[in-house]
Amino acid sequence: MIGIEHYVVVSSILFVLGVLGIFLNRKNVIIILMSIELILLAVNINFVAFSAFLHDLVGQIFAMFVLTVAAGEAAIGLAILVIYFRGRGTIAVDDVNRMKG
Amino acid sequence: MELLRSLAITGTEEVLSISGLILLLAAAWGGDKASRVISIAAVAVLTVCAVLTAPALCGAAMGPAVSAWGGQFSGDAFAAFGKLLVYAGAAVTLIVAPAFFERSGAMRAEFPLLVLFAAMGMGMMVSATDMLSLYIGLELNSLAAYVLAAFLRSDERSAEAGLKYFVLGSLASGILLYGISLIYGFTGSTSFAGIHAALAEPLSMGVTFGVVFVLAGLAFKISAAPFHMWTPDVYEGAPTPVTTFFATAPKVAALGLLMRVSLFAFGAQPGVWQQIVIFVALLSIVIGALGAIGQDNIKRLLAYSSINNVGFMLIGLACTNQAGAAAMLVYLAIYVAMSVAGFVAVLMLKDADGAQVESIAAMAGLSKTRPGLALALAMVMFSLAGIPPLFGFWGKFVVFQAAVQANLLSLAAIGIAASVIGAFYYIKVVKVMYFDEAVDVVQGQSDLAQRVLLFVSVVAISPLGYLLTKQLGVLAGHAAAALFHIA
Repeated sequence: MIGIEHYVVVSSILFVLGVLGIFLNRKNVIIILMSIELILLAVNINFVAFSAFLHDLVGQIFAMFVLTVAAGEAAIGLAILVIYFRGRGTIAVDDVNRMKG
Repeated sequence: MELLRSLAITGTEEVLSISGLILLLAAAWGGDKASRVISIAAVAVLTVCAVLTAPALCGAAMGPAVSAWGGQFSGDAFAAFGKLLVYAGAAVTLIVAPAFFERSGAMRAEFPLLVLFAAMGMGMMVSATDMLSLYIGLELNSLAAYVLAAFLRSDERSAEAGLKYFVLGSLASGILLYGISLIYGFTGSTSFAGIHAALAEPLSMGVTFGVVFVLAGLAFKISAAPFHMWTPDVYEGAPTPVTTFFATAPKVAALGLLMRVSLFAFGAQPGVWQQIVIFVALLSIVIGALGAIGQDNIKRLLAYSSINNVGFMLIGLACTNQAGAAAMLVYLAIYVAMSVAGFVAVLMLKDADGAQVESIAAMAGLSKTRPGLALALAMVMFSLAGIPPLFGFWGKFVVFQAAVQANLLSLAAIGIAASVIGAFYYIKVVKVMYFDEAVDVVQGQSDLAQRVLLFVSVVAISPLGYLLTKQLGVLAGHAAAALFHIA
């Protein structure tokens, strides 16, 4: 029997993978965008699983909003990446260093 | 009737969104030539919204009487206080931006619209009383802010600032959202009132994780240490009018959000988050003070100064009582005036070609070449350092007073000691301007709007500001009382 714990474990694994993907990745900014999507996916699994578990619709409505915002966020992220690439000609993470920090 | 009541309470959001959409059409038809007209219209819209918000500021209505859309929004005095500061910050940005962008031919009609939509999102943030409206408001503000940071497309630093802000901001949103999902799962509610009621019982492991994640996500948004690393780069890289915006409006909105979430939603368990807030406050004060030493870029210096100031404001939150919240709001209002004065003065530092001067070394001997500007900057620096005759001192004073009354003596003592370290780099800037050999780099002329804004904000942070302490205290007290009203 698959219980609520299984969903929470899967979502926490996805969340940790997403966060590690952002910090350990040294190659490509696109991978960071994918990691952000992974985090939002983990959140959605949580919301839908809790919603079914609690017999409460709010979680599913929240998941719909998160999906919509995630789409907007990806669009803006890619747009910023395009103007960055136009200026620098590279999207390697190690090259994002025009300012110290 | 319920619908009309809700519509009336969220009136400013409706005005902002509808006029934003109309101006979007005007921008599509008029093109970039219309950008100045649209900027003026946007300032007018913000003024109308401020006038609409003002009555709620003095009103004592709170709780269900001003709750709209089934508990999603609240139109209480706290929301009004936050909204007025947000609209002021947004309006200042719109006033100083056209002259800045027109010089490089980068003024676009989208700029005032993005600021307008961000202002709407921030209005939602300070009035949200449900995790759902909190998230939508936060994202509405953040998505507009990412674009604003990268607005100077031809400038590599601006694009890099946009990219860094986007990646770290999205990560923060993700962490915040994960915390919200855990809190929803373990309390069964997303409304602040529901979470407050559910937290009255002993905490489960899941809720504790949720609270920590939510606070970590919000700490990112207010640029508090240890989640501050994006701040100096974004402040330096973003165009200066946008940096002015980041230092004022989103900071107010995110701090307002943090206050409402921690004092109201998590208000039943202050012990759980008080330790975190104290830790974050101390770390921000120390990192803000130490990081600023050795910076040569005035925008980076002001970025570290903002980290430092957020730390002082969090001392007010760490008191977990009404006096602390009121002190924090007073500090926040004064901080907005100081930031506006500081960044408008930085905008006025231009060389003979009209290009922006950002290096502190180039400001040497400014007191001889531009005495008025040097005096204004010196007052901002002394005020940020909290040196008594200036108004910045009052903010620090009320916060430390609240901390002492809440028996947080050691926190107040460390805060005062760190503000002495912080004074070092503020005074260093004054020393460069007043006692170094003049290099005469700053020569450009500024327009009337900038001079008027600088004059008004410098008068506000001058000792004349003390005439306002009583009114400011009363308004902040009203706003803080609304936070602690449990229906």
